[in-house]
Amino acid sequence: MEGMAGKKSSLTWAVHISAFLLVVLWTIPTLGLFVSSFRDRDQISSSGWWASFSASEQTGYARTGTDDDARQVDGLYVIEGSVTEGDQKLSAWGTGAREPGKYQPGETVEIEDGWQLTVSEDGSYRLTSEKPFGMRRGERIFTTTAVPPDFTIGNYHRVLTAEGLGRAFMNTLTVTIPATVIPILIAAFAAYALAWMRFPGRALLTAGVVGLLVVPLQVSLIPLLQMHNAIGIGKGYMGIWLAHTAFGLPLAVYLLRNYMIGLPREVIESARVDGASDFQIFRRIVLPLSFPALASFAIFQFLWVWNDLLVATVFLGNTREQLVMTGVLRELMGSKGGEWEILATSAFISIAVPLIVFFSMQRYLVRGLLAGSVKGG
Amino acid sequence: MELFLMAAGTIAMGVLGCVVWFWGSNLVLDSIYPPRGRNAGDNIRRANMIRPWLFVGPAVLFLGVYLVYPVIDSFWRSLHNADGSRFVGAGNYLWALGDDKFRESIWNNLLWLLVVPALSTVFGLLAAQLTDRIRWGNIGKSLIFMPMAISFVGAGVIWKLIYEFRESGETQIGLLNWIVTRLGGEPQIWLTLIPWNNFFLMIVLVWIQTGFAMVILSAALRGIPEETIEAAILDGASPWQLFFKIKVPQIMGSIAVVWTTITIVVLKVFDIVFVMTNGQWGTQVLANLMYDWMFRGSPDYGRGSAIAIVLMIVVTPIMVWNIYNARKEAG
Repeated sequence: MEGMAGKKSSLTWAVHISAFLLVVLWTIPTLGLFVSSFRDRDQISSSGWWASFSASEQTGYARTGTDDDARQVDGLYVIEGSVTEGDQKLSAWGTGAREPGKYQPGETVEIEDGWQLTVSEDGSYRLTSEKPFGMRRGERIFTTTAVPPDFTIGNYHRVLTAEGLGRAFMNTLTVTIPATVIPILIAAFAAYALAWMRFPGRALLTAGVVGLLVVPLQVSLIPLLQMHNAIGIGKGYMGIWLAHTAFGLPLAVYLLRNYMIGLPREVIESARVDGASDFQIFRRIVLPLSFPALASFAIFQFLWVWNDLLVATVFLGNTREQLVMTGVLRELMGSKGGEWEILATSAFISIAVPLIVFFSMQRYLVRGLLAGSVKGG
Repeated sequence: MELFLMAAGTIAMGVLGCVVWFWGSNLVLDSIYPPRGRNAGDNIRRANMIRPWLFVGPAVLFLGVYLVYPVIDSFWRSLHNADGSRFVGAGNYLWALGDDKFRESIWNNLLWLLVVPALSTVFGLLAAQLTDRIRWGNIGKSLIFMPMAISFVGAGVIWKLIYEFRESGETQIGLLNWIVTRLGGEPQIWLTLIPWNNFFLMIVLVWIQTGFAMVILSAALRGIPEETIEAAILDGASPWQLFFKIKVPQIMGSIAVVWTTITIVVLKVFDIVFVMTNGQWGTQVLANLMYDWMFRGSPDYGRGSAIAIVLMIVVTPIMVWNIYNARKEAG
């Protein structure tokens, strides 16, 4: 009995640890981006983001004063000063570029004939000599200082203004909101008809909607673009709204129909008996009851439109003023491939809104996923 | 500001348009066939024959014009030359068969089709099984599910940072190369490492899709009747047997759903390849190849459409299977 219990608890531990590892593995990529967006260019290129939480070592050098700064104390020529700024702490120092960390703070070293140099932890140095120094330039002192973790929001400021991401943010919003709202209305009516009205062709239409769920968008790009050009919409917001509305409809109709068909039959039948028209039943009973499904679809469509690159690239223009955020991001990846402070920050801004929507509305998203995937046999 | 006004205007127009159409058309119908008076019975019957079409009309119009017509039009274009001026029959398809890039794309797409759904399902199942049994499971689920909300482009940036390369000897700022050098290996330019670079791209999609698999499979696991599990435990099944012999067979239907859904996503995968390698170094896939032919350099709509139709043909079996299942479910 005891053995069983022991086995069970070790299994529980294994579950906890494996789950934790899995979660960490899935979170780290995004975390890396997030942390990097708060580091400046030098920090990003000098160390990995995972090292940003601990103090990093920075080497540099400063020069001592020259003869002009020398004082005579007890028959010695003395130059004093500091090689650090502020209250930085020195961890090592040296006099040659080859070994910049050769000496400990506080050590006294003879660097040249009769010259004694001491550098202490707070960065103050004392150079002494029995004869005048006779040097025009100060002696170099290499320093190794510990730099505490440092984060900046400067990247965000730069990206939103100079890199044009602020504008792109507005463009994305402009594309997304109408493209989320309009399909809901159109789909809700269609879904009601497919769920609760009897008419020839209903089964065929429903099957058609299921079939259209998987049509690759790529197929429709060229024909639609040419059609838009032919009827004078061209490239622009109108075109992309229409396209996103249409591309979202199969899922919308399918989700809403599946939900509506599950509503209690008695409620709808009794309303019919009371003389309510289909329009009234839809507006007063079915629509309010379908709120969870409407919310599910709205989130899907919002995320999909917000994150889309292909449709936006094709149906919107590609000048800087017209780009949506995914478009800007793509362009930055091409033109500023190495400038991670710009890339990481832009990417994080573009995924921030979806993440907020995701975390605040996750419940509806899950519900929608469960209803939206065609259930297997 | 102007932009916002336009967007707000569009929403208002769109919503108003819908309301006017649905409400107005119903009103018109009721006035043509008033549900009262001498012919009330006949009128109601007639109106009820027309009304469903008022409801589904806009949706059918949209779907027809934006999804059905383009498929037909693309097919038609695929039988023509670059600018559509000359009929070439199966010429574009024959060209595709002999084209190196096309064959590379087909091969890569097959690889994606094998790897991504499989790994996503396995990880999803693992995540579902693990998180269902612990107290902080819901938080864990959220975090594994989170990449679902991230765009493919955003994910591309995220993973490029992980694959970032610095010369050997410099500080590695990409996590993967940092780990590799820590273990004593040489840093690699992962995205140009043929043929493994394909797998580095696939990992991005697996990372995104695992959350989806987990959500569906977790619900399926919870749906397994308690009695079967209890019976298996009483019969002395080990945890492994319980999982592989009792639970997995019972959620086969859901696994199929996950598999087919991710398969569709994989077939359409475009953004990840587009932004990370743009199909260079042997990573081309059908969707990106099609984009190349349609929008890069001098467009060839014939060849681009032919590739699109190939994509459509590959998707069709899944489409049929979905319709079959949906109908079976409806009874």
